[in-house]
Amino acid sequence: MIVEYILPISIVVVIGIVAGIMLTIASKVMAVEVNEAVHTVHQLLPGVNCGACGFSGCEEYARNIVDDKAVKTNLCTPGGSEVARKISEVLGIEFEAAVGKHAIVKCSGTPDKTNFVMEYEGLKSCAANKLFYRGRGACHNACLGYGDCVTVCEFDAIHMVDEIAHIDKSKCVGCGMCVTKCPNHIIKIIPDTQRFYVKCSSTDPGGYTRKVCSAGCIACKKCEKVCEHDAIHVMNNYARFDLDKCVNCGKCFEVCPVKVIQYIPE
Amino acid sequence: MKEILIILMSVILVDNFVLSKFLGICPFLGVSKKLNSAVGMSFAVTFVMIMATAVTYPIYTNLLEPYKLEYLQTIVFILVIAALVQLVEISLKKYVPILHRSLGIYLPLITTNCAVLGAVLLNIKEEYTYIQSIFNAMGAGIGFLLAMVLFSGIRQRIEHNPIPLAFKGVPSILMAASIVALSFMGFGGIIENIFN
Repeated sequence: MIVEYILPISIVVVIGIVAGIMLTIASKVMAVEVNEAVHTVHQLLPGVNCGACGFSGCEEYARNIVDDKAVKTNLCTPGGSEVARKISEVLGIEFEAAVGKHAIVKCSGTPDKTNFVMEYEGLKSCAANKLFYRGRGACHNACLGYGDCVTVCEFDAIHMVDEIAHIDKSKCVGCGMCVTKCPNHIIKIIPDTQRFYVKCSSTDPGGYTRKVCSAGCIACKKCEKVCEHDAIHVMNNYARFDLDKCVNCGKCFEVCPVKVIQYIPE
Repeated sequence: MKEILIILMSVILVDNFVLSKFLGICPFLGVSKKLNSAVGMSFAVTFVMIMATAVTYPIYTNLLEPYKLEYLQTIVFILVIAALVQLVEISLKKYVPILHRSLGIYLPLITTNCAVLGAVLLNIKEEYTYIQSIFNAMGAGIGFLLAMVLFSGIRQRIEHNPIPLAFKGVPSILMAASIVALSFMGFGGIIENIFN
């Protein structure tokens, strides 16, 4: 009687009780403090998890905003000033407008200016094409045209126009996901206040660039010489802006012989 | 020493828990998408297996066997495993929150995971000693890790290919898994011939 019924039942019951006690102790000892505010702030963020704020995802940023007073609320680029305002209200801190940013594609290589050097039959992706003899563009810093950036954009802001990537400034929030995706690294993020950019990333010498693409920067340095603010330099065979110094005077834009410096209207 | 080596080799390669015995398919398919969560999950499963063996083996030999209560082994083992998995989840949430978030729902699934119960029950069936059981559990976990890592690499390749709509998602993954399982059959007969 005892062995057949009482013992099995008591064994199972005792093990259950012991497990229960151990787990109760564990849950008290290893309790994790969950701050309600973190959840509220997380709900306000766009949830893109792009990392433009400098933290690894929206939840991480929400946690840091709540825990660390020094972290600003306007770091979210896709969210912009709207989100910064809401978060500042929720947490009762001062509101600072977000710095508007957007992406630009630094390549002008449309089919009328340059050409592809291969008929690629493989996987239709820029990353895959880049692995194959450094890509199908005649210039090896060209936009490869398969649209890896288009696939990753959550704001429908980038599309292939004339075989190269083209960004719709009104939709781009500057999250930076296309920047990481591009295997040739020709997409950059610039602040909304910058009116000019160099639409070329070619590191080849000017003569060679001119042969493979009629729209490329030939590193002639006319822009560098005419700039009175030391804001544009030719390094590694193409011109680049020093965004801290550029005042948007437009002198480089007027003097560029190949017209590779572009103007962005408001 | 030789028996332990035989046990380890057989449970990692020849009788791999996932690919030969088909235990633990749920986390195998669910968590193997990203490499770091696959590795984290395998470590969690290995840890639970070893702890479960360490606790259930004495319970079996001292409580169940002497009183001829072997039929209780399933329910008692599940109780112990469930408690241990809860403990693992609570500790992970406190000490490694990143892993806790990336494993998400698959962590409590280790409780009902047949791989863990399988490891514990097989210790009894094969009549291993305590030390052999621990090594069996450790080997099972390592075999699980091997299968997960291999498969997550394969999955990352499959993702990028054009797959017919009917096969997209789980069907293609199951087919790939069965081919991998087939390849592991190549290990059959190794044990007998090495340790002749």
